[in-house]
Amino acid sequence: MEGIPVNYYVALSAILFTIGALGVLIRRNALVIFMSIELMLNAANLALVAFSSANNQLDGQIFVFFIMTVAAAEVAVGLALIVAVFRTKKSIDVDQVNVLKG
Amino acid sequence: MTVFIILALVAIATALGMLLSRNAVYSALFLVLNFATVAVFYLLLGAPFIAITQVTVYAGAIMVLFLFVIMLLGTEELPESDKLPWQRPVAIGLAVVLMVEGIYLMVFQKAPGLINAAPTEDFGSPQAIGDMLFTDYLLPFEATSILLLVAMVGAIVLTVKKKKGEQN
Repeated sequence: MEGIPVNYYVALSAILFTIGALGVLIRRNALVIFMSIELMLNAANLALVAFSSANNQLDGQIFVFFIMTVAAAEVAVGLALIVAVFRTKKSIDVDQVNVLKG
Repeated sequence: MTVFIILALVAIATALGMLLSRNAVYSALFLVLNFATVAVFYLLLGAPFIAITQVTVYAGAIMVLFLFVIMLLGTEELPESDKLPWQRPVAIGLAVVLMVEGIYLMVFQKAPGLINAAPTEDFGSPQAIGDMLFTDYLLPFEATSILLLVAMVGAIVLTVKKKKGEQN
């Protein structure tokens, strides 16, 4: 593994992020939309770790650690919301969720 | 270099598999594979602690939570509702624009440097990460503990069933 340009990792990160964004746009299953958001967070993490390695600084890895914490919290609350929506609407199709009333 | 290309192809293929599977369980399993691939990237980048955290927290905890919810709700596949007539091609076109822009801005403008091929032995080790967490990043670290507590309470509040006849 001698000297891969950091550009390659950043490009891969951009591709993964775009796939995640596309998933949010074209899928209507709320769970798959959540997974796409996780994919986007993961792409950002990959770029951070790549820059951390290129600059020989650990700060990027610390950021990734915090992002993982935030992602875990977000998933717990988000899935709770999805379960709550499913209880009232009997569906997790985001097209069906067009009123805020419970 | 070969390792990078193969892993990158696996990562992109699993991400696309996640996007295109009709069944939400397959999507979740593709995403687990994607997270595992990214964990191998972290190992290549000299971040062993982050790699293990990725496997345990993301591929382990978060995705298991996803699978639990998918199977609890029994919504592996949504019934076909009316098609989105024009939104889908527009979304794909805009995504391509986003990708080209992102790659252009980050690759051709300012992303100099090479991946450190031979990191020192303690670079990215749990000890080095812990040192930074408890010195430079102590305040954010403590803030995340409160964040996790709030998320836990929030998840319970949102999912708890109301008793019959209870007000509100």
